[in-house]
Parts: sequence; structure tokens; C-alpha cells
Amino acid sequence: MDTLLDVRDLHVEFRTRDGVAKAVNGVNYSVNAGETLAVLGESGSGKSVTAQAIMGILDSPPGHITQGKIFFQGADLLSLHREARRQVRGAKMAMIFQDALSALNPVLSVGDQLGEMYVVHRGMSRKDARARAVELMDRVRIPAAKERVGDYPHQFSGGMRQRIMIAMAMALEPDLIIADEPTTALDVTVQAQVMELLAELQREMRMGLILITHDLGVVADVADRIAVMYAGRIVETAPVHEIYKAPAHPYTKGLLESIPRLDLKGKELYAIKGLPPSLINIPPGCAFNPRCPMAQEVCRTDVPPLYKVSQTRASACHFWKECLGD
Amino acid sequence: MGRYVIRRLLQMIPVFVGSTFLIFVMVYALGDPVAALFGDRAPDPATAAQIRRDLYLDHPLWQQYTHYMAQIFQGNFGTAFTGQPVLQLMGSAWPLTIRLTIVAVIVEGVIGIILGIISGMRRGRSVDTGVLVLTLIVVSIPTFVSGYVLQFLFGVKWGVVNPSVSAAAPFNELILPGVVLALVSLAYVTRLTRTSIAENTRADYVRTAVAKGLPRRRVILRHLLRNSLIPVVTFIGTDVGALMGGAIVTERIFNIHGVGYQLYQGILRQNSPTVVGFVTILVIVFLVANLLVDLLYAVLDPRIRYA
Ligand SMILES: Nc1ncnc2c1ncn2[C@@H]1O[C@H](COP(=O)(O)OP(=O)(O)O)[C@@H](O)[C@H]1O
Ligand SMILES: [Mg+2]
Repeated sequence: MDTLLDVRDLHVEFRTRDGVAKAVNGVNYSVNAGETLAVLGESGSGKSVTAQAIMGILDSPPGHITQGKIFFQGADLLSLHREARRQVRGAKMAMIFQDALSALNPVLSVGDQLGEMYVVHRGMSRKDARARAVELMDRVRIPAAKERVGDYPHQFSGGMRQRIMIAMAMALEPDLIIADEPTTALDVTVQAQVMELLAELQREMRMGLILITHDLGVVADVADRIAVMYAGRIVETAPVHEIYKAPAHPYTKGLLESIPRLDLKGKELYAIKGLPPSLINIPPGCAFNPRCPMAQEVCRTDVPPLYKVSQTRASACHFWKECLGD
Repeated sequence: MGRYVIRRLLQMIPVFVGSTFLIFVMVYALGDPVAALFGDRAPDPATAAQIRRDLYLDHPLWQQYTHYMAQIFQGNFGTAFTGQPVLQLMGSAWPLTIRLTIVAVIVEGVIGIILGIISGMRRGRSVDTGVLVLTLIVVSIPTFVSGYVLQFLFGVKWGVVNPSVSAAAPFNELILPGVVLALVSLAYVTRLTRTSIAENTRADYVRTAVAKGLPRRRVILRHLLRNSLIPVVTFIGTDVGALMGGAIVTERIFNIHGVGYQLYQGILRQNSPTVVGFVTILVIVFLVANLLVDLLYAVLDPRIRYA
């Protein structure tokens, strides 16, 4: 299969007044054309920062990419000239943000914001762009698109606004979409609908999708593969069905056990003990060791490499075999 | 919206009555207009009584007020004690002040916004610090000091401009007075723009605009500035009224016979009809400017809807 995106040994740090926060510490992942990769992890684990580095929208300063490469359709994004990089954004890869209300411009109509994609990237007239905006809104099933194209973001419901975000990302039929917790800000009742729409459009257009989420429930239905992040590293990657059956990292295991399950109703919900480490002061050895039930002496001293578990799986745990075993 | 405008117009009535009544009381009741008219000479009692009748001064204060306002709304502002109709004074004074205000608004708007954008986009750099210090200096110097200093430097020492403005007061002669009048507001506009830009640069929708692959120019002009300038534009709108009323000092320095000058003369000579007439119009300008600003705000920011 064609590799669409390949992130290699990516390091990002934020140089702030309080010190250097190492938000991303050697992330490796790849996405094939048409594939959905789910990126999982507690908040603060560097999921969004990795996505921002890929899109080229990192807050800089204070953010800096200190190491690593990002290949997209064979091209090394980090060495591209600014203008060439801009032309990739929006057209070849697009991003869906978590909170559509703040991510959309409050003083421009949604029609203007959607049409802008065609005006800027395709050189269309404003009138043609407006017509395309209506088509897009129809496509993401916003009722009465023609009448509502001149409305402003605050006039839509949360679910409708997120549909507009999705429409904006799909506008130029990019090859890769990064959706950063696209349903987290929504009511539970509309989360499923929005997720379904996103998955459906992704299948139709055969786009690669990076789905960032901390909701394991969503992942099982839509993702092909999963990458689990902890303290700025990938700790496990695997095809989705395999990881649910047998996780190869204690952190993944903890995440899976903390999903509320109907058959265990009434019993106390499992939670991984402790807190994620401070990114300014990451513990030596395996970053997860202070919270890990399986931690041994070696975990406190040696950083585990990403061990190859199988042809399609990898785990950054010294004891992945034991973890798989029980 | 229509209903909102009507409600606002109704709200203006008590404000208008209150402020004009206050000024009326201060001028007519606390001073003695007839004595002022005669200056040092003691008036002949019969003449004085006649004048009092003519000016309605023999009636209770509230009747004097209502009579006066009724006259004003018929376009009759009375006659200054110099014998000149107040309306005629206004006809010569208002155009000057309006022109001066236009110059000041352009100066504060254009320069203030440009400086604000530059320092807002270069936060923490030397340009930003420089602008910050400059605005602090400007704010802390009173207008009559900066006015006389600039007049001396540009008008007398370097001879670039005429130190005092001619009677016709063409726009080019009003540039220096306009700058002096605008200075303090200019500093404020700069600070306001800077803060607003700084806040909005980190906003999510700006990041979205970048993620859409828009050119930097478009991100700044169409997304960042469009939002950042909303509070600035509304401030400048409100400031129009304040500039007109505040031109007193500037007009005196540069000998411009505008509203401020006439008011000053009127107060000095206890010329009551002039003072009350000019202040009444100023109050109306203030109120209307504020209403227009509120409406403008709703146009600029679609989230604001007045019901
Ligand atoms: N703009 C920023 N300035 C400073 N630090 C940041 C910034 N953005 C992210 N970080 C740091 O990076 C860490 C990871 O953030 P993020 O990638 O957003 O986490 P998440 O996995 O929840 O998406 C944060 O905990 C924070 O320390
Ligand atoms: Mg995040």
C-alpha cells in the first residue's frame, strides 16, 4: 500500500518561561492512503502538537521542531519552502479542530469561510465559490444550505458547526485529514452522527485520516490502526482488532480497562493510578514506569525502544511479551 | 433593531434634558446675565427689567428652561450679548471644529492603528517597547504643554507651518492642531490596537485560517485585523464627540475660532445664550455619536444583536 504520511523520530519542544516542555519526544507513525489511524492518549500526551507539526501550524515561538522528518507523498515537508508548504495546507492535507465555535471566524459568514478555500486555492470568483459552498453544506447534510450559507457560525448548533468544519476540511478533497478530537466538544447525542459523517466521507473520497481522540469507544468502529501516545512518544501501534484482543503495553491495557463496560456495571471503574509526568521533567527510563504495575528495575533506567511485536505491531515496553501473555 | 433604536432615542431624552438643564442652571441661575451684559456700568433699572422680560428672566427657572428649549427647537438660539445671533456664531464655528475633528480622527485612526498593528505583531521586540514608551510619554504630557511646544518648534523655530491658523482654516493649516488634538487619543488607540491584535493572534480561528493554507497577508487582513479592529473602531467613534468638546485647549493655542473658542469666550464674558446654545448642540452630537457607535458595533460584529 502507498505510504501517504511518514513521521520519523519527531521531537517538538516548547521553550517557555517555566522551562523547556518536551511535548513530543521521538514520534514515529505512518498513514497509508485511504487508511484511518487513531491516535490515542491522555490529554497532554502530545497528540495535538504532533498534528500541528504535521500541518505546519505550530505556535512558534515557543514551539520548535528540534529533530525528525515528516514525509508527505514522498516530499520532506520540513525542508519545503514556506510558500510550497502553504499550498499543501488546506489543499492536500486539512485539519478538523475540536471546538468549531472558536475555530471558525465569528465575523465572517460560513459561506465566506467555505468559499475562501476555492477563491484562494483554485482562483474561483466569489460567486462560483459561494455556489460551491452551498454544495459542500448539502454534502455534510446541513438542512436548507442555500438559505443558511450567509449565516454566521454562532447561528448554528454545535453539531452543525462541526459539520461546517468538516465541510471546510473536505472542500478541496485533500489526501489526508487530521481530525483533532472532532466530537469531544459535542453533545453525546450528536457525537455519533458527526463521527459517522466523517467516516462516510473519508471512505467515499478515499482519504487518509488521522483521528485524534481519547475515546476508545469511537475508535473500534472507524479506525484501521491505532497509535497510543504517552508523554510525547508512541508506546504502542497495532491494527485495531488486535490491540483490543491483547494489548502489548501496560499503558494501553490500562486505557482499555478504563472504558466503562455494560457487563461490569456496578463495579468500580478502573483508572490508571497517578498522573502523567511533567513534560519539563520526564522521568528517566520508561516515562510510564512510576505508574506501571509491571515496572522493574530496568524500566527506571533504560528507555525502551519500539520493539517489533509482529509484522504490523510494535510496543515500547521492555516486557511486552509478558504483557501480551496475561 | 428598529425597536432598539427607538428605545435608545427615548433613553436619550432624560439624558439630554438632565445635562442641558444643569448647564442652564449654572449659566443663568448662578450668574447674572444682565449684569454681565452691562459689564462695569450699573444698568438703569427700567432697562434691566425690560431686558429681563425679553430674556424671560422674570419667570421661574423651569419656565425659562422650557421656553429656551422650545426656542432652540424652532432654530432660534437667541442673540449673544454682543448683538450677534448665536446661530451665526455657530455657522462660523462648527465648520472649523468639524474640520479640525476630521483631521484629528484621521490622525488618531491611521497612525494609531498602524503603530498598534506593528507593535502588536512584534510583541516584546524593540519596536514594541519603543512604541510603548512613546505612548506613555504622550499620555502623561497635558495637551496645553505639547500644543505650545509643537507650535513653538514647527511654527516659530523651524517655520514649517504658520503658528496660528488663518480665519478660513484650510485643511493643510489644521494638520498640526489636528495632531495636537489627537495625541492622547492616538496613544490610546495604539495601545488598544496592540492589545487586541496580541489577543487575537493566538485565537483558534487565526490558526484555522493558517491551516486552510491562506497566504499570510490574507490571514492578517481578512481574519486577524477584521476581528481585532472592532473595539478600536468603536472607540474612535465614541471619541468623535469627546474630540469636538475637547478642542477648547487646542483651538485656543492655535487661535482657531471654532466651538471650543466660542465656548471659552462665552464663559469668560458670561455670554449665556452662546454657552447654552453651543453646549446643547455638543450634548446632541455626543448622544448621536454614541448611538451610531452602538449600531456600527452590531454591523461589525454579527454576534451582537440588539433587541
Ligand atoms: N502553545 C503552547 N505553548 C506551550 N506549551 C504547549 C503549547 N501547546 C502545547 N504545549 C505543551 O505540549 C503538551 C502537549 O500538548 P497537546 O499536544 O495539546 O496534548 P494533547 O495530547 O492533549 O493534544 C502540553 O501539555 C503542553 O505542555
Ligand atoms: Mg489535544
